[in-house]
Amino acid sequence: MKTPVFVGIDIGSSRTKVAVIDADRRLLGHSVRKSGTNFSATASTCLGESLETAGARREEIVHAVSTGYGRTNVDFVAAKSKTEIGCLSRWGRDRFSEAITIIDIGGQDNKVIKLDGEGRRASFKMNRKCAAGTGAFLEEMSLRLDIPLEAMDALARESTEMVKLGSYCTVFSATEVLENIRHGKKVPDIVKGLFYSVIKRVLEMDSHDGQVVMTGGVVAHNPYIVEMAGEMAGRPVVLPEYPQLAGAIGAALYALDETDPIGVRNQISAGETHG
Amino acid sequence: MAEEKKTTRKKIQAADTMNKIMSDYFYELNDAATTGKRKVAWCTSVGPAELLQALGFAVHFPENHAAMLGATRMSTDLIPAANAIGYSPDICSYLTADIGAYLKGITPLAKAYPGIQSVPKPDVLVYNTNQCRDVQDWMAWYSKKLGVPAIGVTSPKNVNEVTDAHIDDVTRQIEALVPTLEGIAGVKLDMARLRETVNLSRECTELWKQVLETAKASPAPLTFFDGTIHMGPAVVLRGTQRAVDYYKVLLAELEQRIRDGVGAVDGETSRIYWEGMPVWGRLRQHSELFANLKSTVLASTYCSSWIFPSFDGNDPIRSMAKAYLELFIVRSDRYKEEYIKEMIGKFRIDGIIYHDAKTCPYNSNSRYGLPGRVEADTGVPSLVISGDLNDLRCISDEQTKTNVEAFIEQIAEGR
Ligand code: SF4
Repeated sequence: MKTPVFVGIDIGSSRTKVAVIDADRRLLGHSVRKSGTNFSATASTCLGESLETAGARREEIVHAVSTGYGRTNVDFVAAKSKTEIGCLSRWGRDRFSEAITIIDIGGQDNKVIKLDGEGRRASFKMNRKCAAGTGAFLEEMSLRLDIPLEAMDALARESTEMVKLGSYCTVFSATEVLENIRHGKKVPDIVKGLFYSVIKRVLEMDSHDGQVVMTGGVVAHNPYIVEMAGEMAGRPVVLPEYPQLAGAIGAALYALDETDPIGVRNQISAGETHG
Repeated sequence: MAEEKKTTRKKIQAADTMNKIMSDYFYELNDAATTGKRKVAWCTSVGPAELLQALGFAVHFPENHAAMLGATRMSTDLIPAANAIGYSPDICSYLTADIGAYLKGITPLAKAYPGIQSVPKPDVLVYNTNQCRDVQDWMAWYSKKLGVPAIGVTSPKNVNEVTDAHIDDVTRQIEALVPTLEGIAGVKLDMARLRETVNLSRECTELWKQVLETAKASPAPLTFFDGTIHMGPAVVLRGTQRAVDYYKVLLAELEQRIRDGVGAVDGETSRIYWEGMPVWGRLRQHSELFANLKSTVLASTYCSSWIFPSFDGNDPIRSMAKAYLELFIVRSDRYKEEYIKEMIGKFRIDGIIYHDAKTCPYNSNSRYGLPGRVEADTGVPSLVISGDLNDLRCISDEQTKTNVEAFIEQIAEGR
């Protein structure tokens, strides 16, 4: 019997994420890759991988929705695309029943989205033009310090005396980092300082109502950032399962919403699909 | 491919008439400057234009020229020339674009109007700081460069209620300009002519207001983006019969659209208020962005800034002072909040977009918590977008698009 599946494709400036869910909103498969320069090809590869992990076939896709920076570059999504803010909200509405603030740290921009108790979007904010506090900022610093991004989380945890960086600006921060190296500061202390500056920038963007939840690739790979954010905010901050996939899952949920539920149920019982 | 729907803008027929009027205006200005038949005054947008018209000056508006530099996307290449001589990229990009154009000997007028080679050389520069101090510095630069006098009015700021004391002050300042202007014009001020000019400005204003208020209809027959173009005559030809005649034509067309149920945007589903300056180099893009989302940006503070209910030919100079002081940009935040709330009600607005223009803090009302206060009082959601009027280096198109799309989604889902 064929299983109807719903797909969300989130093509971010840095990473492409695909999520495959079933009609009961369960995550069946997923994939994450660097977006590269050919968005459409990357999306296609990710789709293949996520279907494989889901144990599903292309013909079983009932509907797909795309989101993210490259949302209009997907050639197998027939229906309209949604913004990443919309998809993150949709995901939040599905996962939480209380008022929440979603803080998403993406490759090039940060978002703070507030949902009320009914899951309605009350407001959202994106960072201004500069890259302060985004994934791009950490990438730039990892290059400067010659430390792989993946090693940062563990290094930051070793810090005993965090270095504080003051500037808004990524270029000025890089100068501050170099100055600290010159003054013999320890690398773990600098890395923790970088984390601190990322969190500070995103927490400063807006006030935080209800439960605070963090999503995005940066926190997926650096969970220490969420712990630090909780300490700084003076309240627990939730790191959900699959933080990097939140937008893609939200897009898949939209794909499910946009499908006639009776039609899907009929398909399930009849074992039919259409693609 | 996920669909990117394309919408074509619905043309306003009166645009041809307007283009003709604007073209005549620029040729007359050019004629005045090149033949010396008439004296030329440069005037800031809400400076004492009525006085200058009545004294027979041909009047050039540098802000209008700067907006043309923006709309033709020439400004971003010209601004650096002004930056290089010491005018920061953080100050008014009308000023820096206009001065940059002068330094490089470029004007969009030359391209649009064959035969015109440069902006008209002024005999006098007249400002009113009711909008900002930048206009005074702008005129001061030309004054030095061209060796012509710069004179003007220094207005009070953050005015909550316009009082008699404010009006007395500005009246005296306008009166004090008269002898100098008479000297340059070579004529005595004819009060009958001033009365007539002020009355024509008043008439122009009333018609312009009616034009903008056609957007109260659902669907709205015109958008903010149309308004930024069609306000041309209200800006540069205030105080003339031509402007009055034009708005009668435009109004008739829009009223016909209402009778026919024709909206500027097909299938209008949300109604948006725009607070702040337009992004001149992105008018078309922004207009299409909203139209594709079936959203009409139908009212704005900016286009309404050329409505002056106080003009009164019976008391011309004092009424000019009052009108210039009542301008939104001169007023206190308390006044501005009430004004925006009134507009939300009048035009049945679903959401407000505040354009935070990098180089114009005076027209960016999102910096001191005003959006939050208006939202708390009205429940109407708002969005702040970062941009600029003329300096396209301050803009991220992708961020603007994502923000606007997400905002319209939010409005749709909030229902
Ligand atoms: S109000 Fe703004 S745009 Fe107008 S002249 Fe002043 S700074 Fe420039």
